[in-house]
Amino acid sequence: MIGARVIRGLVVLGIGGPILAGLAVTLAAAFGWLPAIGAREPGLDPWRQAMALPGVATSLRLTLVTGFGAAAASLALALALGLWTARHPGVLRWLSPLLAVPHAALAIGLAFLIAPSGWIARGLSGPLGWTQPPDLATVGDPWGFALILGLMMKEVPFLLLVIVAALSRVPVAAQMAAGRALGYGAGAVWAKVIVPQLYPLIRLPVFVVLAFSMSVVDMALILGPSHPPTLAVAILRGFSAPDPAMILPASALAMLQAGIVAGGVASWWLAERALAVAGRLWLRRGGRGGAGPVWAIAAVGGGTGLVLAVGSLSVLAIWSLAWRWRFPQALPESWSLRIWAAPGQGWGGDALVTLGLGLVAAALALALAIAWLEAEDRLGRRTPLAALVALPLLVPQIAFLHGVNVAFLRAGLPPGFAAVVWAHLLFVFPYVLLALAGPWRALDAGLIRSAASLGAGPARRLAGVKLPILLRPILTAAAIGFAVSVAQYLPTLFLGGGRVVTLTTEAVALSSASDRRVAAVYAVLQGALPLLAFGAAITLPALVQRNRAGLTGGLIR
Amino acid sequence: MTLILQDVTVTAPGASAPLFAPLSLTVPPGVVAAVMGPSGVGKSTLLDLIGGHLGRGFRATGRVTLDGRDLLPLPAEARRVGVLFQDAHLFPHLSVGDNLAFGLSAQVRGRTARRAAVEQALDRAGLSGMARRDPATLSGGQRARAALMRTLLARPRAILLDEPFSRLDAALRAEIRAFVLDHIRAEAIPALLVTHDPEDARAAAGPIVPL
Repeated sequence: MIGARVIRGLVVLGIGGPILAGLAVTLAAAFGWLPAIGAREPGLDPWRQAMALPGVATSLRLTLVTGFGAAAASLALALALGLWTARHPGVLRWLSPLLAVPHAALAIGLAFLIAPSGWIARGLSGPLGWTQPPDLATVGDPWGFALILGLMMKEVPFLLLVIVAALSRVPVAAQMAAGRALGYGAGAVWAKVIVPQLYPLIRLPVFVVLAFSMSVVDMALILGPSHPPTLAVAILRGFSAPDPAMILPASALAMLQAGIVAGGVASWWLAERALAVAGRLWLRRGGRGGAGPVWAIAAVGGGTGLVLAVGSLSVLAIWSLAWRWRFPQALPESWSLRIWAAPGQGWGGDALVTLGLGLVAAALALALAIAWLEAEDRLGRRTPLAALVALPLLVPQIAFLHGVNVAFLRAGLPPGFAAVVWAHLLFVFPYVLLALAGPWRALDAGLIRSAASLGAGPARRLAGVKLPILLRPILTAAAIGFAVSVAQYLPTLFLGGGRVVTLTTEAVALSSASDRRVAAVYAVLQGALPLLAFGAAITLPALVQRNRAGLTGGLIR
Repeated sequence: MTLILQDVTVTAPGASAPLFAPLSLTVPPGVVAAVMGPSGVGKSTLLDLIGGHLGRGFRATGRVTLDGRDLLPLPAEARRVGVLFQDAHLFPHLSVGDNLAFGLSAQVRGRTARRAAVEQALDRAGLSGMARRDPATLSGGQRARAALMRTLLARPRAILLDEPFSRLDAALRAEIRAFVLDHIRAEAIPALLVTHDPEDARAAAGPIVPL
């Protein structure tokens, strides 16, 4: 039993420790204390410097507009699409590629699609007679619409998945029947009865989406405006400026970023209250119809999103195979495998590093998650996961990762592979634990009791019963962890110290370079690795356990 | 080999009064005692207590001994008390034969001897040649017989039966009940059956205790 407690203590320290240490270091630096660069005069100077930076007010506005805009639009569209998705759960299978493809890859695809010289403009150039790309800032627009669009392409599928999972806890069919018997249309029952019950179940994921939208860095680098950029990107520039003194104002802005996210979540929560009151008044009026426009918006929004998603992924594949593709042409004039055939020129090594990081981080996270859940079983007590899982997902990465780097250095862990693995674990572990906890806790307790009554001790129950029965969810959780690791940008950048280059860091760097073909190869690889992992997670158990109907019937969800 | 309960009570988490009045019972080897009562009275909880499967927060008083060994301080796997649940609980990832092999006592050594023991148990259960079958393909009666064999192969010193026949349809019920009770009596170990069906209690042919 002591072992179980030790494991849980280690996990909490290993995940929570670096985050708190990183926040503390950044907070101290924000007030002028960072001995590593010789700053030893506490005061408000970093704040004054930060506020005097050019464009900081615009950055702030951009962060608020894109953050709230993307989260609210994603939630609205996901809720509008929720009923239809719940009735066609097969759709979710087609959404999973979008969930697996890293943000950076999707953002590059979207940029190649909607840029003035992008695929859409090339398609329109024929009928409209364009010979030059139109003079329109469709990517990096000063309002951040492209960034909002990119965020929505990842967030709507994520929220849809969360909504459909939560719907299993609401008696939708019965309430729908009761509502319609009272003369309400399906849309009205959905909006007035189901959504209010659903929302509390998805509140935490919605907050995660909001926090992410306000603090995203890689997508903002690719799709957001650059002069001035969003706050998170401005902070990154400060941390990586040639002059180390810039770290102090950057730290002040990083704390501001954390405060904005906290304030954003708080105001969202207040808006929820207000909407709930308004919704109750609306319900009491007893109107029966009126949800028609919602379906229209959902259909248009969902359709547009689908077209953009398919277009983004396709244009990536095409660019990675293109050789000559001048502007007005709708398709490349010549094709080539030249970049694919030369892994030695860069992508081969970067792919291996990405693969290695992902495998090590996913394996460690899986071992920790299994140890955590098994410790729970042995202690006979469940731990509320929300706090542990929420911390790394709600606190903006940019607010603590630089501080983690400083703290690691002081503790004797230099930037490099090991430090990057640890930093990835901070984000991989919560997702792996979350993915595995449901199936693990849902495992039929009778099977475990039967094993015990047959004389099997805890070790044999774990290795002989739990792990093999849970093989499929275990591998799925590992694949999720792998995908999360592949997608990491800031942790690799900050903790790698320039020595660890992955597909993601390189893809982001290449996205602003002139050669779209190389960037496309990186983005395709970036998307392909997680898809392969998910493929393996589905295929392997099907092969190993092909004659076991009890496993395919009960445990797949 | 005798199972003895002395003034046993169990209190549910948060409750102030025990689920049932103090219960004392002696079950000699080869005897199947029956505990009768309506559902919700704590019959399964009593078996959980004896088998070592009590949930967290339950409080128990009294003593349970088997062959003079005090059971309550021991973990479930060290008690050598077999349990047949309402569900057969065959492990879905193992073949029928491997389910039995999982149960088979480790004292049977050697691959050939262990395989022979499993084959023999399958024969006794009318499941000859089904060692490699997926448990999900068995009928309800076959599953119940396989579960009994798995339990007996572990060489328990007592067996608890938690309404193991209640999920079977009427035609199958009498047949499986006779099969299970005959095999348990043949093992000459004490058994405790909880049920709300008077048929079951009568067939057990041992002392009947109302709860």
